[in-house]
Amino acid sequence: MPPILWLIPGLPLFGFVALYLSAGRMPHRAAAAIGVGSIGLATLLAFAFAHWFLGASLPGDVYLETAWRWITIGGFDPAVAFRLDPLSLVMMLVVTFVGFLIHLYSAEFMAKDEGYGRFFAYMNLFVAAMLTLVLADNLLVLYAGWEGVGLASYLLIGFWYRDPANGAAARKAFILTRIGDTAFIIGLFLLFHELGTLDIATLMARAHETWATGSAVANAAAALLLAGALGKSAQLPLQTWLPDAMAGPTPVSALLHAATMVTAGVYLIARTHELFELAPAVEFTVAVIGAATLLLAACSALNQHDIKRILAYSTMSQIGYMFLALGVGAWTAAIFHFMTHAFFKALLFLAAGAVMMRLNDEHDIFRMGGLWRRMPVAFVSFLIGASSLAALPLVTAGFYSKDMILWGVWSSGPAGPGLWATGFVGAFITALYSFRAVFVMFFGDARRTPSGRYGWCIVAPLAVLSALALTGGFVNIPSALGNVNSFSDLLAPVLPARQEVTTASTTQAIVMAATSLLVLLGVYLAYLTYIQRAQVLRRIATSSPARALAGFWFGGWGFDTLYEHIFVRPFLALARLNRNDIVDACYGGLVVASRTLNRALSRTVTGRVRAYAAWVAVGSLAALAIALFLQ
Amino acid sequence: MASVSPSQALLLAMILFALGLAGVLARRNLVFLLMSIEIMLNAAGLAFVVAGSRWHQPDGQILFILVLTLAASEVAVGLALILRIHQRNASLDADAAAKLKG
Repeated sequence: MPPILWLIPGLPLFGFVALYLSAGRMPHRAAAAIGVGSIGLATLLAFAFAHWFLGASLPGDVYLETAWRWITIGGFDPAVAFRLDPLSLVMMLVVTFVGFLIHLYSAEFMAKDEGYGRFFAYMNLFVAAMLTLVLADNLLVLYAGWEGVGLASYLLIGFWYRDPANGAAARKAFILTRIGDTAFIIGLFLLFHELGTLDIATLMARAHETWATGSAVANAAAALLLAGALGKSAQLPLQTWLPDAMAGPTPVSALLHAATMVTAGVYLIARTHELFELAPAVEFTVAVIGAATLLLAACSALNQHDIKRILAYSTMSQIGYMFLALGVGAWTAAIFHFMTHAFFKALLFLAAGAVMMRLNDEHDIFRMGGLWRRMPVAFVSFLIGASSLAALPLVTAGFYSKDMILWGVWSSGPAGPGLWATGFVGAFITALYSFRAVFVMFFGDARRTPSGRYGWCIVAPLAVLSALALTGGFVNIPSALGNVNSFSDLLAPVLPARQEVTTASTTQAIVMAATSLLVLLGVYLAYLTYIQRAQVLRRIATSSPARALAGFWFGGWGFDTLYEHIFVRPFLALARLNRNDIVDACYGGLVVASRTLNRALSRTVTGRVRAYAAWVAVGSLAALAIALFLQ
Repeated sequence: MASVSPSQALLLAMILFALGLAGVLARRNLVFLLMSIEIMLNAAGLAFVVAGSRWHQPDGQILFILVLTLAASEVAVGLALILRIHQRNASLDADAAAKLKG
């Protein structure tokens, strides 16, 4: 291959520059051609690279390409270099391909929007930054991409900037991820200070040579990187921005806040997993945070009305699964789930968007109902996405990735079964809330009449993603069902399996069967509640403790209120206290003092020459007297 | 001719200076003001000459010449100013010219 790996993030960047400079004056057709075309070309190139890479069998399974040396200061000379290894290959393919489908979808979805060119400009900027992030060879370039996606996220959440609420949501997302980003860059400082490089491969090797397992510095560095990942991936305690981020257009939610950007934290931890292995305490924290987030978010998803908020909480919950997998060292399982999640969650968002666009932008699932006959395309896509999210056994991609995670967690050591239990319960709730959405939206009484119809730009991405959401899991099938390991084998050079995977174990089959049964039970419960409307369940749901709990979960476990009281209010009080700027008072005092002095002295300027002469005489006498006295 | 002792000469200079200062403070007529200043300058010049002769140095007389030129230029500027003030105010009262109040 010619060294044109840089073109993969480069093409979307060119697209961004062209679209941005046109300042919205470009006709829609041209904007779509550039916006979708640049990603399309990048996708083709990515597939060409993948084809070459898989056939080339390079030494160490790594292809490096240095674009230029960024800066050289003393021993610090980071290069803008791109690294293609199995891990970044998987990330790159998912980002470009899913990104392309979502861009194609947007070409029709956003057609009536006046900010059409601006939308594609920002989307291209996002894809460029995300590809920089996943292809970066050193942490500094990775950080540049990391901030780039944060910026694109801010711009796209506040895309409809005329509504102040959207601007507030954008700021909230930016500030909360910023907290993590700050920790992340401090982590980079620490790593560079201790190990003298930011090049990922060298860094990991030196970390292993320099630090003992569990040493304080290793723990601190891993904890700082983890904080960055928590902010970007909307995990506890920095998770509150994601539901509000749904203020952006639906394709944005699909691409940034479901499929790719929010999984940047997962990628970061997988990329630096050797560092996390040196810090077992932090690694365990990753698992605990993942487990906690997946349960919390799943419960919150259970009683939202807004379809996009349901999906936002479910994204948080699924990333919780990925963190759980990362925390127990099942790196491959996390990346596998990232891939299938990108397929089915993008599909769910796009299908939800397809429903909303024909119902005059209706978000409330309880005002939909009975839609399956009227919009079969959206129904089938959403059903497939929801099945994959719920991990319906055997036929969906989500089943295989979630099973891999749960088995990895189960067999991870003494804390394994405990953590597994949360994932197990989470799987039940996931099935419940995904099919709650399906049943409420598409079955029951029809409440709205849809208008319009879909063009191929909407149908094609839905079809492709549906196919992937069903079959994407077949690249890795557990031993009990056929033992296909292509995905783990592909990633093995970068993410080696930590523990010996016992082949064809009965326990594994039992665990899998239990999860499958539980998922089916969850779907059945959703069926009873929302289709059959069973009286018993209704009575439970309307009892006062259940209502109180539902209200608590609806608000995301009160985290927003908590942060409001702990951080926002005291900050505002402090700001109010300092409204007149206490520090400025010193300078104000200086002004007042010189004014007073000026007023006093200007009274002596009488204009009478003789008085001046008298003052001079008196002053000279006084000076002489002092001189004599001091002698 | 009996020589004058330095202390007597300095006493004279002091008296002259005090007279000049009293003139500056007491007179309101600008011309007299200027003349009083001239007297003070001459008192200072006398003090320089006395000091020069006491230590047998020529510096005192050199400084007196400096004082003379200073006085000459001061009178030139001062008289011109007095003329302008007289034309403007039709009086020579120094206090009547107190227009540059702060």
